[in-house]
Amino acid sequence: MSDRDLKAMTADIETPVFETTAFTIPPPLSEATVAIVTTSSLHHPDQDDFAPADTGYRILDGSRRDYVTGHWSPNFDSVGFAYDMNTVFPLDRLDDLAAKGVIGKVADQHLSYAGNQFELSAVRIDSGPAGGRWLKDRGVDVVLLTPV
Amino acid sequence: MSTLAHVFEAEGLATIALGSMRNQIEHTAPPRGLFCDFPLGRPLGVPGDAEFQHGVLAVAFDLLDSPEPVVAEYSVSIEDDESDVVACTLPPRHDPDAHPAVDEARGLRNAYDRGVELTGNRAGTGRVVDADGVPDAIEAFIRVAEGTPWKVAGIPGNPARVSQDIRGYYETAALAMIDHAPSAWAGTRWFLDKTETGKAILAARSAMRDSGAKHGHWFYLAPGDR
Repeated sequence: MSDRDLKAMTADIETPVFETTAFTIPPPLSEATVAIVTTSSLHHPDQDDFAPADTGYRILDGSRRDYVTGHWSPNFDSVGFAYDMNTVFPLDRLDDLAAKGVIGKVADQHLSYAGNQFELSAVRIDSGPAGGRWLKDRGVDVVLLTPV
Repeated sequence: MSTLAHVFEAEGLATIALGSMRNQIEHTAPPRGLFCDFPLGRPLGVPGDAEFQHGVLAVAFDLLDSPEPVVAEYSVSIEDDESDVVACTLPPRHDPDAHPAVDEARGLRNAYDRGVELTGNRAGTGRVVDADGVPDAIEAFIRVAEGTPWKVAGIPGNPARVSQDIRGYYETAALAMIDHAPSAWAGTRWFLDKTETGKAILAARSAMRDSGAKHGHWFYLAPGDR
């Protein structure tokens, strides 16, 4: 078993094409509010687990550290996240950067989606824009997106 | 993930997408993407190494200075050492009447509990079965491996999800038996290749495949290249 073989297995999966690329200029990073959005299906233990084709999102409370992964794919190393959540969800690192003034503020809440989706239309037209608006309404300027 | 980057930018958010798969991040061309050639499951590279993680984030956040869409590549790669396996001692046989895999899982319970105490239950059990239910779930897969049709073998839920709980139980136990962050896949290789339960899961997977079970029911019991 190897990481190289697993990546090769998925190399031919069709990926969405965007005819235009929206591009937002953020405020200076030292003044920006930064959130993490991960597609690693993280959730709190008291939230609903992700279903296999779940296109919704979960809100992650930045003041907690009890994140668990609900990802359905066996094709990633989960021990790295088990050992150190920052391997996937680098919230402690953002806190470090905020303490140094590199970033303005770490958002109080973050979002998690389920990656490994083969049908993305619901994310494109529904849960994606909804999550974006949800973050924007809470003052988020910059989003760091992390996969597994 | 790059889909979300495109959608969020349209909502007025600036994004940086990390990606571990070159073809995906290049084809989907997020507004700002950083390809990091790291093992799947480790987008920040090295668990427990804040300095390394900060190095990745520094390059990622620098992309915010780009005046136009950009996909860059991180300068450091992490190769999967395909032979690396965590060195964990398995418990000696305790109950000669129990299947070796079940006996083994019971013997690892203290290590699992210590693993949860050390690192939380981030990827352990609880999707379908908790730690108490792991031995019974293993017995169900053993029955499948021995020829019982999987639908009547007593698997307590979706086979893939139950298999994840069992793998998580073992990998969490492994974390309690080593004093460092294992390299990528070293825990999974230990589980699948060195433990009785890993072998039982792979045998059940083969039995399901050979009996004509739907692809989705057997394939996801283990990583796809197995």
